[in-house]
Parts: sequence; structure tokens; C-alpha cells
Amino acid sequence: MIEQKKGFVDWIWDFFASIKLAAVLFLLIALSSIVGTVIEQGAEPEKNLMFLKRIFGDALAPSAYRVFESLGFMDMYRSWWFITLLVLFSANLIICSLDRFPRIWRLVREPLKPISPLMVKTVSIRKEMRLKGTPEVVKEELRQALKSLGFGAQDSSIEDGGFQLYAQKGRYARLGVYITHLSIVVIMLGAVIGIFFGFNGYLPLQEGYASDIAYARDNTPHKLGFTIRCDDFDVEFYDMSDMPKVFRSRLTVIKDGKEVLKKVVEVNSPLRYGGYTFYQSNYGMVPDAKGYFILKVRGSSGKAVTVNRMLGESFVIPGTEIVGTIKDFSPALATDNSGKTFTYSDMMNNPAVYIEFSDSGKAKYSGWILKRFPSTWRLPDGNIVELVDYWGVQYTGLQVRKDPGVWLVYLGSGIMTLGLYLAFFMSHRRIWVLVSREGKYSAVTVLASASKNRPSFERKVERFIADLSGGADG
Amino acid sequence: MDSSVLFGVATIGYMLSMVAYITYLVFRNRQIGLVATGITVASFIAQTIAFLMRWVEGYEMGLRSFWRPPISNLYESLIFFVWCLILGYLIIEFKYRNRSFGAFITPVAGLALAFIEMTGMSKEIQPLMPALQSNWLLAHVTMSFIAYAAFGLSFGTALMYLIEKTEERTEPAYIFWTVSLGVLIVLLAAMGLDFMKYHVLATNSEVIKDYLFRATFKSGSSVVSLASWIGSVIIIALVWRYGYLLKKIVAAFNISTDLLDELTYKTVAVGFPVFTLGGLIFGAIWADQAWGVYWSWDPKETWSLITWFVYAFYLHARLMRGWRGRKVAVVAVVGFVAVVFTYLGVNLLLSGLHSYGALG
Repeated sequence: MIEQKKGFVDWIWDFFASIKLAAVLFLLIALSSIVGTVIEQGAEPEKNLMFLKRIFGDALAPSAYRVFESLGFMDMYRSWWFITLLVLFSANLIICSLDRFPRIWRLVREPLKPISPLMVKTVSIRKEMRLKGTPEVVKEELRQALKSLGFGAQDSSIEDGGFQLYAQKGRYARLGVYITHLSIVVIMLGAVIGIFFGFNGYLPLQEGYASDIAYARDNTPHKLGFTIRCDDFDVEFYDMSDMPKVFRSRLTVIKDGKEVLKKVVEVNSPLRYGGYTFYQSNYGMVPDAKGYFILKVRGSSGKAVTVNRMLGESFVIPGTEIVGTIKDFSPALATDNSGKTFTYSDMMNNPAVYIEFSDSGKAKYSGWILKRFPSTWRLPDGNIVELVDYWGVQYTGLQVRKDPGVWLVYLGSGIMTLGLYLAFFMSHRRIWVLVSREGKYSAVTVLASASKNRPSFERKVERFIADLSGGADG
Repeated sequence: MDSSVLFGVATIGYMLSMVAYITYLVFRNRQIGLVATGITVASFIAQTIAFLMRWVEGYEMGLRSFWRPPISNLYESLIFFVWCLILGYLIIEFKYRNRSFGAFITPVAGLALAFIEMTGMSKEIQPLMPALQSNWLLAHVTMSFIAYAAFGLSFGTALMYLIEKTEERTEPAYIFWTVSLGVLIVLLAAMGLDFMKYHVLATNSEVIKDYLFRATFKSGSSVVSLASWIGSVIIIALVWRYGYLLKKIVAAFNISTDLLDELTYKTVAVGFPVFTLGGLIFGAIWADQAWGVYWSWDPKETWSLITWFVYAFYLHARLMRGWRGRKVAVVAVVGFVAVVFTYLGVNLLLSGLHSYGALG
């Protein structure tokens, strides 16, 4: 009974340890993944139905859709069978590594031994030569030559004055494969933790407003445990174009009524706090919002003040009697061929404010002042009014994520870098130099092996021999 | 003079060197071989200078920071791919003192360059949108294309291996390489027709993508469409029938098939770790930094994973199962087909996150 059970476990073990299974899984995952790139995932049913109509025709498309849907193709990377493939893949990866690892570990850990006559035949590189002088005489020379090849050699004597010098290098290269396999397991573990314990949502935040909740994809509120406030949002453009250069949100984190962190968030530069990460995702104008025009006003006397005014309000240029009244605003001002102004976008691509100036009640001049065009800031009388911002009308769209597994993904990536380096760019090289007495001469046999790139090591060994023989002939 | 002039010189140079290498393959004249190498080296130098000039131009125009080399859109990445491919080829030519590979690798470069001209993609230096201003992205793109170039080299040597090694017309490996070559010719011919039709008929708002295969397979007229399919089958059959002529030419060079097998493995062994790290890992880290999602199964990501699995299959089959020769050579060719699809097919036929890599 016990015998039988062991047999079954062994069978399972062997099944998962087999490289054949790995090869089959590689192909299955690769081929089935193609389906998900052709059929749009998680899309509206109409979209994929349209696509299927093109292939199967109008009559067959609805039944084809039902078949595909029941197979999970419309959301296939989350379907039971695809997940099963990934689980099998992980099991295969783990068990086949565990199966082979002990043998490789022994090979790495055990110090190199002098080569036994039995093993000689298994070594792939074998060269012979004769050196002048008895083994005692050539020993030091050989040791130096090995050293210049990068091998610090050990020796062991054999009978009749002969000896063996032997050394190895890069034995950890053999672990590369297993480290790479481990890294894949670590990354997948991180992904699973993220799926089960993570949160992925969004948070639109108007300038000047704060929130202690974010929203999941299905719009359910999610408590953050702290408050986040948007102090400002703006877009910086390339020179004179409408091509955005930087999206910038100034955020403040408030915990227990205290400001604990301020950060400027840009794309590729998120804010991290309390296990959550806030990414710059999108932005827009809040409909019907009333904001403040922030103006930097400098009289010709040189004194500058910053004023905040709403539409319709007025301000005084310091050191003068001149009063400016804000009459109009355009988020994106342009002029047509006839010189008439119009607004070309709902977004704040080129904000402009129309101000009427008057001196002691008498209308003086009026015009548009544009944020992006400093030439419009200077008034005819030399006073300067700069439009710094129209604040409080934009919102920043933040992507909010909590992923307790992401550090494992990064750790796995680091491990994989190490593993790939060892596996592909390092080679375990072993060399044995067998020397025996032949009268006044020494017979030298060089045996060597390399786990990778054998030809290149063989050329090195050949050069090693050529150098020695050249010295010995003289 | 600006960089575009030098890029033009390099493009013409590579086309000429492709012709020279193929002529050399057919006539085996040493002088022609020297000329081919000479043109390739000169074009490579021209391209290198052009690359550096474009870098400086982008910086001086205030469109890009000094730390952003010009590898950010489809045009620049294709050019960079060609540069890596030629560099890799030149290393092999000088190391193994054999020019015959040139006839198989320069056409890959030639195809990439022809693709640029045919699609009429934008060559302008564009400013970088915020998501693209990332060092992870830079590492991702650079390493991806180094890997693609290595895979391109392995494709060339694997194809040579198959051509040289197959004997019978009924042999699966022979059928595989002739049919693959036939399909490639058909696709190029069809896209060439689309290109011509596009330039004659297109209005401003249309992009070449709307014209894809409209002149042939997806034509409104069922006669044209049917004729296209029949024509394709005939072309593929002809390549299959006369493929042995190519074999004779290649065989005349006496390149050892072991060397080809070894070279295929070596280039995959360089491409695979670079692709894993640069293509998959760095790409995921960039997506994580920019959007907070390191993997979203969008078509481009999925196709790189498919490519990765094909090459993982190659390595495990060769190293663990001891597969040699024909079987793994087929896998190496399939791998590069997956690379091309990841790189261009996804942009042309599918949609996804990598939309800025689209033809613009």
C-alpha cells in the first residue's frame, strides 16, 4: 500500500519535473495568448460581435460569440483555464528546479578534486605536450602560467614525482538558471498578492479641494486613512505649441489634521504615502467652476504685488490710481485671420484674461493678457500685469494604487538580473594539468571543461600551451 | 547639412550593400565582397554620425533634454534597430572572416528601411510627451532593439542553416522555409501595392493603415480578392518548387552547418537575457512608474511575452533536450516572426497602450 502511494507521488513529481511539460506549456501559453490579443479584452459586447461578424458572417456571429464567451475568451487572462495554465507553469518551474537543484548545488559547493582516471574521458578539452625539465622544475612555471590565465591552482602529488595542478572559476554560473527560475516565482507571487490584497482605483481632485476617499473601478468609495489635497494643477507646453511637456499636480498629504507631506506629482514621478501610490493619470476642467485669477501686478515704480480676484472684480496697480477690472476669460485664446479672437479649446491650453483699465474713473485701455505670452503683460504705460494662473477650475485625475506585492515584483526583477547574468554571461570553467616524469622531460596533459562557450575556452587553453611550449623549446 | 541628409546616404548605402552582398553570394568574386564590406562600413559610419547629429538637433531645438537619445518613436527605433543589426553583423563578419552572411542579414536591414519609406512615417524630431520622459523607458527601448537585432542575426543564420541542410522538397523543414519565404514575398508585394494605391488615392485624413491589404486580399471586388489569394498560392508554390536553387548558391560557400547552428544559439543567448531584462522587466517597471500598472495584458505586452516563450522554448529544447539543427532552427525563425509581429504587426493590426509607436 505504502509502496503504491509512493509510486503515485513519484509519478506526479516526475510529471512536473519534466522538461517536456515545460516545452508543452510554453507553446500552450504562447498560442492561447494570441487569442486575447485579437479579441479585445473586457470590451463592450458589440465591439467583439462586430469583429466576429467579419469572420463568421452575420448569421453565425451570435452563436460564435456565445461559444467564445463560455470559453472565457472575452476576458481570457482571468479565465479558469488560463489561470490553470499559469499555475501548471509555476508548479513545473518550481518542481523541475527542486528536482535538479541538489545535484547542481553539490557541484558548486564541493571543492574541485584532482581528476580521476575514470573522469578523464568525460572532459571535453584535452591537450598534450612535453616540457623540458623534470616535474619538480616545471611546477612553478606551470603554476605561474595558470595564474596568468586567471586560475589560482591547488596541487596534489602522485607517485613517481608527478603531480596534478587543478583549478576552477565561475562555478556560481551553474546557479544562474535556478536563480532565474526563482525570480520568476517571486514575481508571480508578488502578482498574486497584488491581485488579492491590492487596490486599484482613481481620484479626481479639484484644485483647492481635499479627499479622504478614493474610488474603485466600479465607483465604490475606498477609505484611504488620510487626506490628500490638490494645491494646484498645471500643464506646461513645448515652446509655442500645444504639445504638452509636463503635467504637474501639487499635492499635500494631511494626517490627523497635520500636513505631513508635500509633493509635486508628474507622469513618471508618483506620490507614495501610507502604502498608496498616486499617479498623474488625466486632468480636465470642472464644469461651471468659479476660480481665482492670480495676477502679479507691478507698477512702473517697481513695487510688485500678487492679487487674487474673481471674474468681475477689480484691483489697483500699486503706486498709481489705475484700476483693472476682470471682464472675460478664455481657456484657450486664438486670433483668426481677420484679427478676431476666439476660444479654440475647452482645456486651458492658452489661458487669457480680458481686463479693462481705468484711471480715476476714466476708461484708459483694455485688452487680453495671456499667461503664455509675456509680451501681452506689459501695458501701454509701462505697468506690468502678469496672468500667473486661473486657479480652482481644473481637476487632476489621479490613479490610486495599493499593491502590497509590488516590492516582490521589483525584488524578483533584481534577482532575475543576477540570474540572467550568471546564466548567460558567465561560464563554469575547470582545468586540470597532469604532469608525469619522462626521463629528463615532463609529459603534460591539460584537461579542461566549460559549462558555456567551450570553443572560446579551448582557444585560451591552446594559447596557454603554445606559450609554455615556446618557452620550453629554447 | 543636417542629420536627415546623412540618414539618406546611409539608407542608400545599405541598399547598395545588400545588392553587393547578394551579388557576392552569387558570383563569389573577392573584389565584390570587399566593395560590399566597404559600403557597409561607410554607411554605418554615416549612420552613426547622423544619429549623434539628430541627438544634438533635438536638444538644440529645445524639444528634448540632453539625456534623451533619439530612440523614441517608430522611425527612430527602426533606424536604431538597423544600426544594431549592422553592428552585430560587422562583428560577425570580422570575427568569422566570412561575408556570405551579409546576403542574409543586410536584406533584414533593407526591409526595415524600405518599410520606413513605404509607409511614409513621420521622420520629424518630435517633442516627448510626458509619459515618454523616463529613464526606464530609455533603457527599455534601447535594450529591446539590441535584442531584436540579435534575434534578427539569429534569424539570418537559422534560415541559412535550413536552406543548406534540407534535401527533399517533401521534407517539413524545406516546406517550412520555402513557405515562410513565400509568405514574406507575398506580404511585401501586397503592401507594396497598398503603398502605391495609398499615394494615388489617399486624402489627407487617411493613414496608410486604412489601406492595408485593400488593394489585394481585402479588396471590395471579390474577383480581385480571389485573384490575390490564388496569386499568393502560386507565388508560394513557385518558391517551394525552385527553392533548391537558393540552396545551391548557399551550399557553394561551404559554411559549416555546425557554425551556423552555433551562431544561431550564440545570438539567441545574447538576445534572450537582454530582451527579458530590457523588453519585459524594464518595460514593466516603466509602466509601473508611469501608470501604476506593471502588467496589463495589452496586445504589445502579450506579444512580447509570446516572443519570450518562443525563445525560452528554443533555449530549453537546445540545452535540456539536446535538440540540434533543423528543429531548433525552425524555432529560431518562428521566434523572429514573433519579434516582427510584436514590433510592427501589433501597431499595424491591433491596438493598445503603445499607441505612440503607431505610424504617424
